Amino acid sequence: MPFLSLHDAIATHVADGASVALEGFTHLIPFAAAHELIRQRRRELHLIRMTPDLVYDQLIGMGCARKLTFSWGGNPGVGSLHRLRDAVEHAWPRSLELDEHSHAGMAAAFCAGAARLPFGTLRGYIDNDLDKVNPRVRRVDCPFTGERLAAVAAINPGVTILHAQRADRAGNVALRGIVGAQREAAMAAATLIVTVEEIVDALPPAMNAIVLPHWIVTAVVHCPGGAYPSYAHGFYARDNAFYQGWDAIARDRATFEAWMQRHVLDTHDHAGFLASLEQKAA
Amino acid sequence: MNMPGSGAATRDEWMTVAAARMLRDRCVCFVGIGLPSAACNLARLTHAPDIVLIYESGTIGTRPDVLPLSIGDGELAETAAFVVPLPEVFAHYLQGGRVDVGFLGAAQVDRFGNINSTVIGSYASPATRLPGAGGAPEIAAHAKQTFVMLKASRRSFVEHLDFRTTARFGAGGPRAVITDFGVLAPHPDTHELQLAALFADATIDEARAVVGWPLAAVDMVARAPSPTAHELDTLRALHARTREAHAQPVALPVS
Repeated sequence: MPFLSLHDAIATHVADGASVALEGFTHLIPFAAAHELIRQRRRELHLIRMTPDLVYDQLIGMGCARKLTFSWGGNPGVGSLHRLRDAVEHAWPRSLELDEHSHAGMAAAFCAGAARLPFGTLRGYIDNDLDKVNPRVRRVDCPFTGERLAAVAAINPGVTILHAQRADRAGNVALRGIVGAQREAAMAAATLIVTVEEIVDALPPAMNAIVLPHWIVTAVVHCPGGAYPSYAHGFYARDNAFYQGWDAIARDRATFEAWMQRHVLDTHDHAGFLASLEQKAA
Repeated sequence: MNMPGSGAATRDEWMTVAAARMLRDRCVCFVGIGLPSAACNLARLTHAPDIVLIYESGTIGTRPDVLPLSIGDGELAETAAFVVPLPEVFAHYLQGGRVDVGFLGAAQVDRFGNINSTVIGSYASPATRLPGAGGAPEIAAHAKQTFVMLKASRRSFVEHLDFRTTARFGAGGPRAVITDFGVLAPHPDTHELQLAALFADATIDEARAVVGWPLAAVDMVARAPSPTAHELDTLRALHARTREAHAQPVALPVS
């Protein structure tokens, strides 16, 4: 389990055309890794995430994605993801294939993927139109009771990328707070990259905490602040003002492209990204 | 800007207060973001101090001091009784039948309480792409009862949905739909939503003008009781704290 720079982790493990899940349910969203995908000009990605959030608005708007698997695509508490909408409504900068779920369905698909089962089941997608537009949502009869249940094809990302609070020197990773479906997305993946706030000699004792053991972690990247503008519990808070301000930036194609140029493409790494925002605030 | 204690209630405040009053103390409530979140927390801060609020981020029994902007703000985790992984919220709590009330927002609702939050226009090439399902379909399916809140317009109350994201459930779909002019509730036999109560100075004609189907009314449409001074003060103080908290600059995590 090597420790890599973020540049090398992305260059080594994420190829054009890969299926990639950058998970984190509002909390611990791996923004730094997404920006590195944009800097390295990845294309034709199949992006997977329950809540695309600003992080996929940016990847989609920069033309990195061919397909999106998701279950709720808004700017939480603010409104639309304008780049996601522009891609779906106007195919700008390119068309985007959708694989759309409900939260419960997508969670079941991650759980199945983590257990290496072919599909997950739930009492869901009942009497709505989602299964009419998504062939990965079907029905199965319970062999014991005959009950008709929803079946969702397992999700097994080629690469899952997470952000976490800390890793130890052996590469064990611990995360806490709101943990979404990160553990399941990690266990479902062929390759797991984790960016962390800090690397410590030994993880604090944490019985029942979420720990991703070193033998399922492909690479660890030390990347302080790597979840900003989302947050890392115990390190920094969610920048709600940034999320509100994003609405105006993303609404207009040219404004969006200029922002991405200045803060992502023209910066060398995540420290540079944060420094560019600090300059703007000063 | 409304300060605590000043001014008559706005229609937004009428909505939030009416919605809050529908929640019983000690009930277990799955909370949607936005209008439902304000209503559920107002209930907790007034007549329902022991209501158990669950957000889909896995925060259970949360007691936020300010309203979260997202369903996963740190405030929700810090003030929760406990936090569980997301698949567990949906499988063990919701599908397991351990949620009393689901409180949902919506973009469009039809005359039977089915909800669209996916697209306006066709799915393949939509005029407006909406955020999508999130937790709503399974919340409506598994919570013992459902309430829906949305603002009224010809685009929000429609005869036919462009896409059915969330089917109505239970005995006649949502127990109530709370909107700008008042409250709709299902007819006991046909389950069609009809006008049950009006806010303040709202009229049946105003309601019929914005609802996209021929809106029926119950025999005696109630005049909803006015928000009390305590409810308004509590709600306005909550919003004031929330505005202040969300405007706080967050220090960039630079070393």
